[in-house]
Amino acid sequence: MPLIKNGRVVADRYVHVLDDAPPPDGIPVIIPAARFLADAAEILHHDASVGVAWPNDRRVAELAPYLDRLALVALVFPTFKDGRAYSQARLLRERYGFRGELRATGQILRDQFMFLVRAGFDVLDVAKPGDVDAFPSALKRYTVFYQAAGEGRTSAARLRLARSSVPITRGPEFATSSELGASLAGRVSR
Amino acid sequence: MYIYDEFDRTLVAERVAEFRDQVGRRISGELTEDEFKPLRLMNGVYLQLHAYMLRIAIPYGTLSSRQLRMLAHVGRRYDRNYGHFTTRQNIQFNWIKLEDLPDAMADLASAGLHGMQTSGNCVRNITTDQWSGVAPDEIEDARIWAELLRQHTTLHPEFSFLPRKFKIAVTAAAQDRAAVKVHDIGLRLHRNGAGETGFEVLVGGGLGRTPFIAKSIRPFLPKRDVLSYVEAILRVYNQFARRDNLYKSRIKILVHDLGAEAFAREVEAEWQHIKDGPLALDPAVVAEIAARFRYPEYARLDDDPPELTQLRKADRRFDAWLCNAVTNHKVPGYAIVTLSLKPEGGAPGDATSDQMDAIADLADRYSFGEIRVGHDQNLAFPHVAQRDLPELWRALDAVGVATPNVGLVSDIIACPGLDYCSLANARAIPVAQELTRRFRDLDLARDLGRLHINISGCINACGHHHVGHIGILGVEKNGEEFYQITLAGRADERAELGTLLGPAVPYAKVADVVEEVVAAYVELRERPNETFIETVKRIGVEPFKERVYATH
Ligand code: SF4
Repeated sequence: MPLIKNGRVVADRYVHVLDDAPPPDGIPVIIPAARFLADAAEILHHDASVGVAWPNDRRVAELAPYLDRLALVALVFPTFKDGRAYSQARLLRERYGFRGELRATGQILRDQFMFLVRAGFDVLDVAKPGDVDAFPSALKRYTVFYQAAGEGRTSAARLRLARSSVPITRGPEFATSSELGASLAGRVSR
Repeated sequence: MYIYDEFDRTLVAERVAEFRDQVGRRISGELTEDEFKPLRLMNGVYLQLHAYMLRIAIPYGTLSSRQLRMLAHVGRRYDRNYGHFTTRQNIQFNWIKLEDLPDAMADLASAGLHGMQTSGNCVRNITTDQWSGVAPDEIEDARIWAELLRQHTTLHPEFSFLPRKFKIAVTAAAQDRAAVKVHDIGLRLHRNGAGETGFEVLVGGGLGRTPFIAKSIRPFLPKRDVLSYVEAILRVYNQFARRDNLYKSRIKILVHDLGAEAFAREVEAEWQHIKDGPLALDPAVVAEIAARFRYPEYARLDDDPPELTQLRKADRRFDAWLCNAVTNHKVPGYAIVTLSLKPEGGAPGDATSDQMDAIADLADRYSFGEIRVGHDQNLAFPHVAQRDLPELWRALDAVGVATPNVGLVSDIIACPGLDYCSLANARAIPVAQELTRRFRDLDLARDLGRLHINISGCINACGHHHVGHIGILGVEKNGEEFYQITLAGRADERAELGTLLGPAVPYAKVADVVEEVVAAYVELRERPNETFIETVKRIGVEPFKERVYATH
């Protein structure tokens, strides 16, 4: 399936390592959660990037001790209707400060792109190749959002206050949504 | 009124553009019906028995006359000249064509109306007391909090694919007119011992197949924390509720399975992480939202002006209507007027486009251009000068919305049932219509006092039958429509589920049985003003059962 990263279709550098196979030397790997947890110290010695494929019914808090040494976390949407990984993504980004690649896998369809990016995913493993072209327009579709979330937009409430020049007393400083929308869309090319 | 600004308008317009694109892809065949389904369901579009149905949100039940005219227009232009007000402060159009949907949505958007949060597994339209802002028994206007929550949950990046739909209701009055105890989250604004206002948080209420009354998980939540606390509840729900079984995926099942205390602990733990983050409400943000609720410039008037007292003496019909449909207002000299959408023989909650236009005109003349929609499927004018009541009454009577049956036996709440709904087991509207004929005698209805009949066409309970004083549930038996009757449910601050009367009865008998139940009540009540539910509470359902099943 095509991978979209920063708006660009990219090749997948990673190989998925099944449960008992040894990680191939010098190649970035994605390891299933159970195996990773069973043998984290060993696996983290791998001589290329290490990623973990995390199921959507396990608390991401278990990953917290390793996040600074992980290059990638792949979360899964078994169907587009199963939205558990949106919560996991926000927790990884906002609570545990994960800055590596956060990959959305499973049934990833174009009408979720916006939600995924807003929840903090930066790489989308798109289910239908035809949906790739829709990425720029999907991200540009909305220019305002009521709520701030993982991707760092400003909520409408804060923009309103900024506009009416009432001093803002609390809350993170973010780019305005239109700036962010423009820069995301501008980054899209194939 | 809540005044939209450019943010709100932009979002709604962008939503229409997105939906137009999605409908285009469906019509061209690029999307199958299966793929289109979740997209239309995020815009209030359902596929019913005969056609697509469009459900439009009326946040906290507040409409401007301009918005009501737009609803009339959509009914006239794209539907069959009417709309149906639901029990959750929405309106439904039942006969809309797929290719017309984008234009209908664009027309609605021009008046600030949309179908967001009316379907799909997201946070649904947040409801409140329909008298918010004018009710004498409220401590503040609940709509401000509903609006803050509405904005926060609209197209939420984390909570748009929840295990199931999620309903939140807010009340700020002593009397709960928003049925908060039968919602996924109920927020009850009240004053604590120190005189501060905050929310009691209730979770896990709901009807349907497995009805539960909500459990209180926090007696007092400071107002600044309401968004973060709701976020914590939603996050726990999103991650841990069941997704393997449609019937077990509502939050009520999670709360029940974990136990309210364990659930509350999960929420508290999550909340501790986020309570002082960006969701902590800045008073300036609250003030900004509050400032966009505009209240009329009320005149200085006295209660009970002479023209009122005179006509009450002279005209019994006027007096009956006034006693029934007119309620006290916060401001002296003003009143809240309920417009009954329950005429004899009518479908509960239906209004024609002509009626909506006429009501909008009357709202401009007599209610500062504002209309409210209640969960009882009636409308209300929230700001009527008492001295205008005689004139307004005549005008409402001419429109057919002055039946003095508000809160009485013929003010029936019913879901669309088998006439429209693809999930139905049995008809609901014809049962309601027949009952309004049986109880057409308004003197009798008045004598019976408060008596709410609620009818659902299937176990999904959209007609809230569990909490009806008399609840009627359509079931299917060997391919025929049967009805289970329950007694003494209630949806208010003392919410309770009704008790089953006995075996289900066939369609042809259901109105007779209800009449029997009512006749039994009249005989069994201790005194004329003992209400129906009080009587059932006192003596139980047994005496009713004996009487009903002896005759049938
Ligand atoms: S209760 Fe059943 S029949 Fe009635 S509207 Fe809901 S789903 Fe349809």
